Amino acid sequence: MSLLSVENLTIGLPPGGDRPHAIEEVSLTVSPGEILCVVGESGSGKSMTANAAMGLLPPGLPVKGGRILFEGQDLLAKSPEEMRRLRGSRLAMIFQEPMTALNPLMRVGDQIAEALRVHGAGGDAARRVPELLAAVNLPDPTHLARSYPFRLSGGQRQRVMIAMALALEPALLIADEPTTALDVTTQMQILRLIREVQERRGTGVMFITHDFGVVAEIADRVAVMQRGRIVESGPASEVLNAPKHEYTRALIAAVPRGTPASREPVAPGAPILALKGVRKTYHRGGGWFGKGQSFQAVHDADLVLHRGETLGVVGESGSGKSTLARAVVRLVRPEEGEILFHGTDLRPLSREAWKPFRRQIQMVFQDPYASLNPRRSVGDAIAEGPITHGTPREAALERARELLRLVQLDPGAMDRYPHEFSGGQRQRIGLARALAMEPELLIADEPVSALDVSVQAQVLALLADIRKRLGLTMLFITHDLRVAAEICDRVAVMQKGAIVEQGPTAQVFNAPSHPYTRALLDSIPGRGWTPPGEALPPPDPLHRGASGLPGPRDLIV
Amino acid sequence: MALLRRFLRHPGAVVGAAVLLLVLAVAILAPVLFPGSPWDMAGPPFAPPGEDGMLLGSDSLGRNVAAGIAYGARVSLLVGAVSTAVAILIGVALGALAGYLGGVVDDAVMRFTEFFQTIPSFVLAILLVAIFTPSITSIVAAIAIVSWPPVARVVRAEFLSLRGREFVQAAEVLGKRPMAIVLTDILPNALSPIIVLASLNTASAILLESSLSFLGLGDPNLMSWGFLIGSGRSVIRIAWWMSVFPGIAIFITVLALNLVGEGLSDAMNPRLRKRGAK
Repeated sequence: MSLLSVENLTIGLPPGGDRPHAIEEVSLTVSPGEILCVVGESGSGKSMTANAAMGLLPPGLPVKGGRILFEGQDLLAKSPEEMRRLRGSRLAMIFQEPMTALNPLMRVGDQIAEALRVHGAGGDAARRVPELLAAVNLPDPTHLARSYPFRLSGGQRQRVMIAMALALEPALLIADEPTTALDVTTQMQILRLIREVQERRGTGVMFITHDFGVVAEIADRVAVMQRGRIVESGPASEVLNAPKHEYTRALIAAVPRGTPASREPVAPGAPILALKGVRKTYHRGGGWFGKGQSFQAVHDADLVLHRGETLGVVGESGSGKSTLARAVVRLVRPEEGEILFHGTDLRPLSREAWKPFRRQIQMVFQDPYASLNPRRSVGDAIAEGPITHGTPREAALERARELLRLVQLDPGAMDRYPHEFSGGQRQRIGLARALAMEPELLIADEPVSALDVSVQAQVLALLADIRKRLGLTMLFITHDLRVAAEICDRVAVMQKGAIVEQGPTAQVFNAPSHPYTRALLDSIPGRGWTPPGEALPPPDPLHRGASGLPGPRDLIV
Repeated sequence: MALLRRFLRHPGAVVGAAVLLLVLAVAILAPVLFPGSPWDMAGPPFAPPGEDGMLLGSDSLGRNVAAGIAYGARVSLLVGAVSTAVAILIGVALGALAGYLGGVVDDAVMRFTEFFQTIPSFVLAILLVAIFTPSITSIVAAIAIVSWPPVARVVRAEFLSLRGREFVQAAEVLGKRPMAIVLTDILPNALSPIIVLASLNTASAILLESSLSFLGLGDPNLMSWGFLIGSGRSVIRIAWWMSVFPGIAIFITVLALNLVGEGLSDAMNPRLRKRGAK
């Protein structure tokens, strides 16, 4: 008998939304000891399904039909008090953002003990808490139980969340994108942990993710959701290797392969950018009394970037890759080393002396929601760079219109404001803003990591196309090795502020020489799975396929 | 326009705005409604409200209380508006400086601000007016000087958080001048708390002016609400109307300003905006 079975569940949306139902006629089952992956893009209703099962639906969203059966009882018919009793003890949940999921003012051990106490099992908390922490492979459990959450890394916090969720040995664990906010290596550890714990205890797991690599890593069965409906479901091996629905195929095709495409080596042009021994140290704390701490964000960084080439800088969060990128555009001022642009050292230059170089070096930022001024129209945002540098306003606006076409947005977008656009569209606007300066060197700081996989594929395709057309040289910062494999000619791997390995992409991926590079490569989710995409014609990323996945041209309203 | 629509959805704010307009109209039309000086005798002293053609009664010298309130509205609104404008100007300038430049400048400006905040504002205002002899100018200056520190703190906090945003960094990378970044990128995004603060500040400035006048530190040549209450306080048991009506005027004006401020704050809050939009 299945543990959880959702039958024809339909949940409405408030009137005026983009569709009448958040989820429609959704049916799925989770059996004991099984991992069901629910896959879909943001807004596909996958989290809504999970929240409905937990009884955590936001007010104002009516359940219009269907049942949720858990161990044979209808959860939707239960009173809030009965649901509260079930939550935590029989049903548990792990959330996406480990950094904010723990109470910062309470010791880790106390938080787990509290979870036990709420369900009347607080008596043996002192014994159980270290056991639980040990069960999620945290080092030195007794000591860790006395720590406050701020001392723990994201991965450790997620482990604590899992320990808390497992405290009462729930029959069903719902994990809502539990690894999306984590680094690749940590992600792999957490995935293994969930798998291991689930096998040991026979827990049923409903795992929500947008990443097919993760699915390949962990799933027993898969359900694919699109716009509130389940379009395909079945055993993992079938869905992954022989997807039936167009949408599933499109999603799988959008997953970056993680194997570097064979590309002609770039003819070694003149070096455009060279970094020599760059060092940036951050100081924290300290004051009149006592010394603060210092932290080397980047040290001894040497890089050379030749004309027309794309160099990827990969590494986990805190490895210093963003600091390095920002040092090149003087958002961060390193205290040592040389940043040579066409042979001129940019590091000691003053703000005024830097200004001519602003035209030649531009940057695309990570967060599409934060990198555009919400109070400036798109046209102004794109044109303001050239205007600052003396281009007449009319000419700059005309150019902005052309650039919008270049990044495949409608020039009618000129007078609209950033909040009217989706994440992928905003990232295009940010790209247009950088291109307006007609730069020689483009620094891209995680330009696609905040986007859904399918949108990510579109933006990457656009970036590759524009780079080729305009002959740009690019420094591409990413934490995702699959993305780096897709777009970079050469990669540099950073760890703890130092570049540990550098070379042509294919060489680094196929014959990594540094153990850290090897660890990173081994952590790519879905390494063992070759998507069936090779056999399928790749979808045209710019147009709506039969899949109904909107291409960028269709997103222009 | 959208802002206005969201503002109008707030019933309290609409009432507040209407009351405020009414007070403004009375202030502007005072010479038409009550020709002649409000200081002149208009009837017998201690006339209760409604008698001898005086709607709100007369005071101990036979002056019309209603005329006093109408002329007093001019002083109160003028003091409220001008001192708030000055306070906002000082507060935004210093807060922006501290928040944008950070480091030593930030420390210096914030210690300077705290220096003002450690002295109770009303005491400081009394002191300043007493030193510079009571006049409308010294009153406005004193109120502005005691009310800019909270503005500076709010603006600094906004600038600190906005300065690190990616769109500000993008402007930096485009090579914009610091002044242009502050004026076109940061300030427009920090505007909503400033506007809300301004409306609340106007209310407290009106209260401060009334308190100063009540203590006899008002401009001796200008009729004001605080002066009316102050002069009526000794005879409150035989002529309650002399203090009560100006008091009500202060009360509803301040309440109206607070309601408008709250409405603005809700209308400008992007989170609430989403809920009500379209």
